[in-house]
Amino acid sequence: MNRPYLKIDQVSKVFNRGSMSTEVLKDISLDIERGEFVSIIGHSGCGKSTLLNIIAGLTPATIGGILLEDREVNSPGPDRAVVFQNHSLLPWLTVYDNVRLAVDKVFGRQKSRAERHAWTMHNLDLVQMGHAADKRPSEVSGGMKQRVGIARALAMEPKVLLLDEPFGALDALTRAHLQDSVMQIHATLGNTVIMITHDVDEAVLLSDRIVMMTNGPSARVGEVLTVPLARPRKRLELVTNATYTKSRESVLKFLYERHQFVEAA
Amino acid sequence: MTMAVRNTNMSDAKAIPTIATKAVVLPFVPPKSQTGARIRQMAINIATAVVPPLITVALILIVWQILCARPGATLPAPSVVWAEANDLIVSPFFNFGSQDIGLGWRVLVSLQRVLVGFGLAAVVGIMLGTLVGQSVWAMRGLDPVFQVLRTVPPLAWLPIALAAFRDSQPSAIFVIFITSIWPVIINTAVGIRNIPQDYRNVALVLRLNAFEYFAKIMVPAAAPYIFTGLRIGIGLSWLAIVAAEMLTGGVGIGFFIWDAWNSSRLPDIVVALIYIGVVGFMLDRLVSLIGRLATRGVAVN
Repeated sequence: MNRPYLKIDQVSKVFNRGSMSTEVLKDISLDIERGEFVSIIGHSGCGKSTLLNIIAGLTPATIGGILLEDREVNSPGPDRAVVFQNHSLLPWLTVYDNVRLAVDKVFGRQKSRAERHAWTMHNLDLVQMGHAADKRPSEVSGGMKQRVGIARALAMEPKVLLLDEPFGALDALTRAHLQDSVMQIHATLGNTVIMITHDVDEAVLLSDRIVMMTNGPSARVGEVLTVPLARPRKRLELVTNATYTKSRESVLKFLYERHQFVEAA
Repeated sequence: MTMAVRNTNMSDAKAIPTIATKAVVLPFVPPKSQTGARIRQMAINIATAVVPPLITVALILIVWQILCARPGATLPAPSVVWAEANDLIVSPFFNFGSQDIGLGWRVLVSLQRVLVGFGLAAVVGIMLGTLVGQSVWAMRGLDPVFQVLRTVPPLAWLPIALAAFRDSQPSAIFVIFITSIWPVIINTAVGIRNIPQDYRNVALVLRLNAFEYFAKIMVPAAAPYIFTGLRIGIGLSWLAIVAAEMLTGGVGIGFFIWDAWNSSRLPDIVVALIYIGVVGFMLDRLVSLIGRLATRGVAVN
């Protein structure tokens, strides 16, 4: 039997606050293949970030679990590197040292000093940030910080790369640049990627599959859409592509017709 | 450059030829006036920083002189202080035997005590603060005790210290230690508790061990808070040393004031007060400077 690379197995999450308990996620199951790019989309508050944190091991699941290559993972580790929404670079370290910290920690024993330096620079160059290696995070723009965040995650050589709304805080043009970079990196390295997003275009452009979540509480997987677009995908050509338009439409219909966002009063 | 000028010349030549000649002159003027303006700006900056406090000091001296120069005044006027304590003001580092030494030496002796006491308080305070900030149970157990003990005035510790150490030197150091440790503990604990969850998550994903987490995340992230605590602490310890030395004796600046009071040398006391003030100010600035250097980039996120 062919087992999936990453298996999210009947995960539920209940938060207890005093005597109140809220079920955020209910019975989420998902199989992800090696090298696949999967987006998780849903309205805000539906628990998609909680799901990512469970996969990362930062939050324990109440029921169910995560299997990576047939082994259960329930604590965080560099095999599931996270790119956080607000970059989370350490401000007292330079861009280089932020990535180097990860490289030293993950490859401290396997690689020599010179190899670790080369690997750090290689990953910074991969996100086109080699030129700013000696700057501090406060001295570079928001998009550049996020590039460094991606470099830090890539440098860990993770089995699964977890992106938590990585471009949410960026302006539209910078976001487009970064999306292109991520596509290129995914094409080159063939990483397995799970991305949280609330941007329909971003999801369709980048993903092999889009997991659409229903509104919380007790959010479930509503639908899974396969995006049958060939790679490499070109942003401009896709605008008029029928498959792209259709995929986009079905995600929009899911989000705004069947599972319209109800503002909590 | 010349090309550009010639082009504008040609196009504007018929309409307003005078403008073109002005445009040639202009580039020569700015460099001179720029350096001149920069020097003037610097002079203005220095003047705005230095002149107001000088005026204040002058006014204080004048009022003091008027008030204390009257017959029957109980305190010495500035002119009397200058005349009688001239040697203390002019040469801080004379040495004529065991108790007849310049105020500079006395300040150094006091500073040495502060350095030992405050150094211990900084090390122990940061460690205890880390414990309290990191562990909920340590906080529940220790914080109430700290909150009570920190309100005890420094000198109230002195009899206990004298009884325990049976010597004035370690007692004075203990008083410094116990006075300055509380703000260090409390600020460190707050700093540790305020480390953003993001940094903790980074540490978790990287699987940093306890020591790496302490050195690479905790200390740098809490450094601004820690330095605030250290700065309050050094101020308090300088306050406490003078009082402690008054009672324990020895060579320090505090004992000098007590000694001068007993031999009715009021001008000497005035000079000593100014010494204490200036040194306290410099200590505060020193810790603040070290803090700024050590926490570069942390505050800006």
